Amino acid sequence: MKYIEDSKTTLGFWIYLMTDCVLFASLFATFAVLRNNTFGGPGGNELFSLPFVLLETLILLISSFVCGLAVVSARKQQKDRVIRLLVATVVLGLMFIGLEINEFRELAAEGNDWQRSAFLSSFFTLVGTHGLHICLGLLWASFLIVRLSTSKLTGTTVKRLFLFSLFWHFLDIVWIFIFTIVYLMGALS
Amino acid sequence: MRSYVTGFAVSLVLTLVAFGLVLGYTQGSLDVSKGLLILSIVVLAALQLGVQLVYFLHLGQESKPHFNLISFLFMLLVLVVIIAGSLWIMANLDYNMMHNPNIEKEIIHDEGY
Repeated sequence: MKYIEDSKTTLGFWIYLMTDCVLFASLFATFAVLRNNTFGGPGGNELFSLPFVLLETLILLISSFVCGLAVVSARKQQKDRVIRLLVATVVLGLMFIGLEINEFRELAAEGNDWQRSAFLSSFFTLVGTHGLHICLGLLWASFLIVRLSTSKLTGTTVKRLFLFSLFWHFLDIVWIFIFTIVYLMGALS
Repeated sequence: MRSYVTGFAVSLVLTLVAFGLVLGYTQGSLDVSKGLLILSIVVLAALQLGVQLVYFLHLGQESKPHFNLISFLFMLLVLVVIIAGSLWIMANLDYNMMHNPNIEKEIIHDEGY
């Protein structure tokens, strides 16, 4: 089923993803410039817990993988399997976003919210924008699940699922760089 | 199916290696220079980007004329200009700002006059 990769819809969606990359690039650039401007407040090495972030990373990676398996099943016309795998994707995504909200809440509760320093402003903007994308993806996946459970697995549904999988894998790639640049390098600062 | 399993396994290993390197360094059991460590985790992230692009996002697998690949490469160019350019300009600006009381002495020292 090569036609999905070759369709104009996929190209259009792909170009949207590329512009989204540019959005994230400017947020990464802002973060990189402001990473040391802590205004006397705590830096990344005092704020972030690496094992916690590794857990978030692994959950998102598994979610991305499961979403890929859903696409494989959809191409084999195994509808029930697709629904089960998509539900697993959403559950893992919810776990990820829950952990992230918890992290943000704890930071804010200790007085380290986005008003504390330029470093924290850029941190919350970058990671928060990624989290917002994840929330939108979860909404999209939920609509897909509802649609799949009420109707047949047609060519259009498979294509929509494929586009969602592109979006979801893309978010995982952005997270690799958040993990490396914000958290791992932050721990070294 | 196989491409997804390969992509997942390699990504998992790359993530864990990067995490292990940084954990080893912060706990003092890994004795390398910080510059080398940062370089290696960036290379690991770039490798994982390549792996996921090929195995998860099927980049380069569409037929000619490869519009997806072309738009991706153009995005990469824009990304490098934004990030490298911002860092370069802002570092220069930082250097030349007057908020550092010793900046005149430092500039005289650096520029050699």
